[in-house]
Amino acid sequence: MTDTHLKWYPIAASDDLAPRHVFDAQLLGQEIAAWRADDGFANVWENRCLHRGVRLSIGINDGSELKCQYHGWRYSNRSANCTYIPAHPADAPARTVCNRKYTTREKYGLVWTAIESSGDVPPISLLDDTAHMPLRAMPMNASAALVEEMLKGASFKRDDNDRWSGLTAETDSSGAILFNGIATFNLVFFVQPVDSTRSVVRGVATGISDGDIDELRHLNACLSVLRRAIETRAAHQKRADPIAPVYTQVDAELATMPDRSDTGAVGHRVRVAHKTMTANDTARFELVGLGEELPTGQAGAHIDVHLPNGLIRQYSLTNGPTETDSYVIGVKREPGSTGGSQCLHDTVREGDILMVSAPRNNFPLRRDAVRSVFVAGGIGITPLLSMAKTIENQRLDYDLHYFVRDDDHVAFAEQIAALSGNVTLHKGLSVENTGKALRDIYQGPANANHTYICGPGPMLDAARTAAAECGWREDAVHFEYFKNTNEVDASSSFEIALARSGRTLQVNAGETVLDVLRTNGISIASCCSQGACGTCKVAVIEGDVDHQDVHLTDSEKRQNAFIMTCVSRAKSNRLVLDI
Amino acid sequence: MVQHANLTDPVVYNLWHVISAIDDLTPGVADETALLGEALCFVLTESGKPVVWKGTLKDRSGDNPDTRVRSQLGYGYIWAALGEPEFDIFEIPEYAESGRRNMNAISVGLHTSAPRVVENFLDMAHFPFVHTDLLGEEPHTEVAEYDVAYNPENCEIWATNCWFYQPKASAASDEGVMAEYKYRVPHPFCAVLYKTSPDDETRLDAIAVFVQPLDETHVRAHLMLSVIDHQNELDKHIRLFQQTILGQDKPILENQMPRRLPLDPRAETPIRADKVSIMYRRWLRELELQYGVIRQAA
Repeated sequence: MTDTHLKWYPIAASDDLAPRHVFDAQLLGQEIAAWRADDGFANVWENRCLHRGVRLSIGINDGSELKCQYHGWRYSNRSANCTYIPAHPADAPARTVCNRKYTTREKYGLVWTAIESSGDVPPISLLDDTAHMPLRAMPMNASAALVEEMLKGASFKRDDNDRWSGLTAETDSSGAILFNGIATFNLVFFVQPVDSTRSVVRGVATGISDGDIDELRHLNACLSVLRRAIETRAAHQKRADPIAPVYTQVDAELATMPDRSDTGAVGHRVRVAHKTMTANDTARFELVGLGEELPTGQAGAHIDVHLPNGLIRQYSLTNGPTETDSYVIGVKREPGSTGGSQCLHDTVREGDILMVSAPRNNFPLRRDAVRSVFVAGGIGITPLLSMAKTIENQRLDYDLHYFVRDDDHVAFAEQIAALSGNVTLHKGLSVENTGKALRDIYQGPANANHTYICGPGPMLDAARTAAAECGWREDAVHFEYFKNTNEVDASSSFEIALARSGRTLQVNAGETVLDVLRTNGISIASCCSQGACGTCKVAVIEGDVDHQDVHLTDSEKRQNAFIMTCVSRAKSNRLVLDI
Repeated sequence: MVQHANLTDPVVYNLWHVISAIDDLTPGVADETALLGEALCFVLTESGKPVVWKGTLKDRSGDNPDTRVRSQLGYGYIWAALGEPEFDIFEIPEYAESGRRNMNAISVGLHTSAPRVVENFLDMAHFPFVHTDLLGEEPHTEVAEYDVAYNPENCEIWATNCWFYQPKASAASDEGVMAEYKYRVPHPFCAVLYKTSPDDETRLDAIAVFVQPLDETHVRAHLMLSVIDHQNELDKHIRLFQQTILGQDKPILENQMPRRLPLDPRAETPIRADKVSIMYRRWLRELELQYGVIRQAA
């Protein structure tokens, strides 16, 4: 690492990052893709998709995500996390798939970055507190050192009486070249080292506006003359070798094919920025990161929230792809609350600090459906709202059906009203009429249609039954239960063999597979502890599983390929697990 | 061009490489090209025999025993070897089957390395994004599990049981189908794919890419077709389809950085759909191939 790597340089004018555009820049040999999201945030990333190295500057900026042109991988605004890999639509990408991003500031009408950031963009007192305007960037075929040297001798004088005649150059400690003029007329230049033999001069003027065409032409003419002189001299110098770009290695865990998503065990401290009631029994919490960017959750993901009373509860994110600067969750006050929703409603206040996990996704959204049908019951709207926003952002077709008791129980009404897809509210239906409405929804299944269901257990069961009766393929019906209401039978005892480590362990009545694994030092991520969320899923190589969870579909249970280690057990005497 | 492969990579130096399609030549008229950083001249004699020698047409050194290199014809192309090949050109038995139309669809220059072109040829996941409405279309993007195996007997990689939804799989198809593909890598810089033929359900069309490395990061890709097609009267229409496909790949390939294929497993991020490219990279590592690849991260 050299001094130049620590230094801040401008790499673009703020105006270069036009809406829905990807700007192609270079600094010290490194290629950069810079793009502005619709929320105004300027992303400055290595110009290379992590997957197969294609330049992201030929990708598509859809306003909230950057889509690679080669395989359609999507990277989120701010975090640069990969949110979707189209080749595997049923999988949630590993959270750690993250493009290299550079620290960025926007100041003086320019976009600044540093290869290895430290501190902040040095302040230029001439430019602070005055209106300033970036000049047209002037690329030059010469080293930054030569450009800086000759720029100091530049003259902008037109005649003895003009405003530019009194200017003399000085260099400040940051390397900026200042022409301190009379009154408010000043020029400040920064030299961006593109490569060893190429530079861009980025000027900022004060005391001039974009209406002063004559003055701007004059400055441009002076810089063009200077460029010819600099390039003539550079042509006589020995050409330095180009600076070889450095391609950073991906994480070791990404170098092998990821089978399952990351466990998301890492914790993040968040502040409750807003707490509002969004329905008469449901509070909306907006959680913002404390001094760090939050990893981006994919549609359908949830976070663990560590509560002040020591409990840990899971809540689905409602965020769409455009909402990357906070986590938004909805919490319904449960009448029989064991302290989770009650604590969030009664104790947690705006400004409080909470610990949350990184988003985990056991309810991934395929984006390869011709039509997606979202069916929500009550607070089950939260993951489906995130999904609807995602599908809408990608301009695919969807229907959202929201079953609620009455108008007062409609959560996130504003956000739902903002959706432009087919949204239907089903209010106050009896059990019988709910069944009827569900059968209407699932009438006429079609190829490449997928449905996602989330809600209270009985309603979810009814929806799955209706879909099955209407002829939906089981693998097109995706669901997430809040909890497992089945009675868990833990009376069996059996043996588990661990195929990778060659160990054999005994599970006795009353113990769970997960407990036994953990007791023996094997770390397995888990979450709900009741067979609903799917986090503790482990592959089964041999043996007959006694499935007691509500995460797997019936055919997945028949296949016996996976076990939810927190509740499920063995029917056979022995299970061989792929761990 | 200064990289001479005989000093750095005996593996590629001793292989047969395509240097020109016969269709592009006038017998008796010499032409020039490059292979592995060396300038080559070649001619197809009036009697249909290829002659290839080192040098340029301008230096008039001409063909003589000192400069001549090995050459032969195969699958409609002139093949040359700068060194001493251990193996003959690999077999493509379909080429000799009756009822097939064999042709060079296109020879196109690409500013990238040969292994990057081979890897792109083996890749299905890019169809909806690069060959939109031809070989794939959103939202049908899934790459289903397929099988990959390396056969040590003939030193070939095979990917089989590959299925992909295609709106228009070839010049002869007019509706969407689930197309079946088989891929075969018999040479570090050549690959063959076999896919469902729309005109004959019992046979597979064969399409091969022969990549001619001009130097480490400049190549010419020659696309050979051996297809069953009763619908397109003119070869031109069959060629045009493949030319469109390669024309869509070209800007992607030329924006892939670094241009040389990185063999370090931590250079890029593979997914399950990349199983065949993982196998290909591993094979190149084991061959100790150097040309057009980056063996270790800097």
